[in-house]
Amino acid sequence: MRAVDRISFRIDSGEVVGYIGPNGAGKSTTVKMLTGILTPSAGHIRVAGLNPVRQRVALARRIGVVFGQRTGLWWDLPLTDSFELLRHLHRIPSARYRENLELFTELLDLGAFLHIPVRQLSLGQRMRGDLTAALLHDPRIVYLDEPTIGLDVVSKAAVRSFLAEINRERGTTVLLTTHDLDDIERLCGRVMVIAGGRLVYDGSVDGLRGRVNAERTLVVDLAAPAPRLDLPAEPPGARVIRVDGPRQWVAFPATASAAPLITAITARHEVVDISLREPDIDEVVRRLYLGGLRSSAAAASSVGDPSGTDDPSETGGRSATSAK
Amino acid sequence: MVETLADTVRVYLLLVRMWSRAAWAYRTSFVLLTVATAVVTGLDIVAILLIFAHTPRLADFTLPEVMFLYGTSSTAFYLADSILGTVDRLGGHVKAGTFDVMLLRPARALVQVAADQFTPRRLGKVAQAVTVLVVSLSLLDVPWTPSRALLVPLMVAAGAVIYGAIWVSGAAFQFVATDASEALNAFTFGGNFLTQYPLVIYGREWLWALTWIVPLAFVNWQPALYVLGRPDPLGLPLAFRFVSPAVALALAVVAALAWRAGVRHYRSTGS
Ligand SMILES: Nc1ncnc2c1ncn2[C@@H]1O[C@H](COP(=O)(O)OP(=O)(O)OP(=O)(O)O)[C@@H](O)[C@H]1O
Ligand SMILES: [Mg+2]
Repeated sequence: MRAVDRISFRIDSGEVVGYIGPNGAGKSTTVKMLTGILTPSAGHIRVAGLNPVRQRVALARRIGVVFGQRTGLWWDLPLTDSFELLRHLHRIPSARYRENLELFTELLDLGAFLHIPVRQLSLGQRMRGDLTAALLHDPRIVYLDEPTIGLDVVSKAAVRSFLAEINRERGTTVLLTTHDLDDIERLCGRVMVIAGGRLVYDGSVDGLRGRVNAERTLVVDLAAPAPRLDLPAEPPGARVIRVDGPRQWVAFPATASAAPLITAITARHEVVDISLREPDIDEVVRRLYLGGLRSSAAAASSVGDPSGTDDPSETGGRSATSAK
Repeated sequence: MVETLADTVRVYLLLVRMWSRAAWAYRTSFVLLTVATAVVTGLDIVAILLIFAHTPRLADFTLPEVMFLYGTSSTAFYLADSILGTVDRLGGHVKAGTFDVMLLRPARALVQVAADQFTPRRLGKVAQAVTVLVVSLSLLDVPWTPSRALLVPLMVAAGAVIYGAIWVSGAAFQFVATDASEALNAFTFGGNFLTQYPLVIYGREWLWALTWIVPLAFVNWQPALYVLGRPDPLGLPLAFRFVSPAVALALAVVAALAWRAGVRHYRSTGS
């Protein structure tokens, strides 16, 4: 079986990239190949200039990894013991270690449970511990496979702002796998979508909306209830989709500009208020997954934007892993 | 080379310290298990003493001589066991996906598996075996020439490497067949049991198989024949008494290659 096939991308230093796709798409498999856990059956991968399988130990010093489903912490010992071990394994200078631990303790609010055995921590507490463990040695790149899975709203927000801060302050490159599109919208400048083992989209979050013929919506509040709005010919495809008393909803292609539409409506009607709604990302992604599964072959060859020079993480060619 | 070895030892000791502390979190079971292990290992020696209560010689070997065989085999075995520990249960890590976590740390996977679940109890078994060996040495009636004296620590070290190599090869096999742990134990624990006694008591066919197929005869039997000044029942040349280190080295190379191939075949688990 091909878990991933013909995936090719390049991530520049300091990028925050979201990696999304339906269950079983091949996200975790990709991350495992990027970390040297799985040996690709074909293709070529370089991360921070290293071959992940052959130079796994050297690579492990330069990257940090969190698998949300699995912990790397010592189950029967307090967090501090796991952190101390990592300090020795990575040979983190003690001043740097103290500085990092202090900062992370503050950002992730670890103080209350640093000295409790990991097996007694809640999921959210443990996840924050795992994040700290992955970042203590100042890795250049972090891979996060569902780091917000099962977390409450507050913990999610803490994790997100933590990642944003680390990226901003240290220029850490982040590859984030998630099913929570809020994570993507709040953190990622770029998103890659994988479906059925093929990359079906690679670009900005906004571009994703245009990709699937998504529509934006104008919500028009008129002075008084009126019949359906009289819309201009530009942009084509604009139409009233709902009327509720003085309020009407006008849908139009996300790629078109709203300005001529607004000008025309305000010229022809007495308008109290107008607001613009972006297409719902969940809806966009749902459409993309469905479309991607059907036509992944056509889309895969057009992805990849090998423009940067400093490339900490890159896969190329046909990176496939075959599994039973 | 020297630096990587020193680093490997350093990492190993770091992990051993972590696991020992974790074991200490369950103090009661730690103490109970220590007592239980001591009793079980002690029963081995009781079995030998019982045999000699009925007969002065076993296949022409005296009690001190059998104790010497027991001491060398068990010291080698439990040394390998102390260092490699639960490596024979690698299949469990593969099935549970916990091997992933080891591959994410900046340390060799084999070192981490070897240190996995370390408990200071392991050293207790070595101590017991060494005690028997020391007692046997004091009772043996052989002229202690330098070559005899030198061969004793050498055979223990080579024996430990041979057991270790079998363990690691068996573990590597578990990347492919995750349930092979029991079959592996037949070679290691079974091998230790066999080599505690003079191999000649099992008959010529077994002796031949243990020399040429699973070379456990080189753990202690062949060098012991020289130390005890006895002829080889198979009539092998004198040089065979001294080749244990070479056999150990060859098996270690095979084990290292098998392990590397195994890790490359690692398929992880879903999620
Ligand atoms: N260890 C394995 N052995 C065999 N097949 C596997 C293994 N791990 C994953 N697969 C298969 O490979 C495909 C991709 O799995 P992967 O775990 O990469 O998906 P994913 O995108 O991370 O999905 P999810 O969102 O559910 O975590 C799936 O079809 C899965 O069944
Ligand atoms: Mg996954």
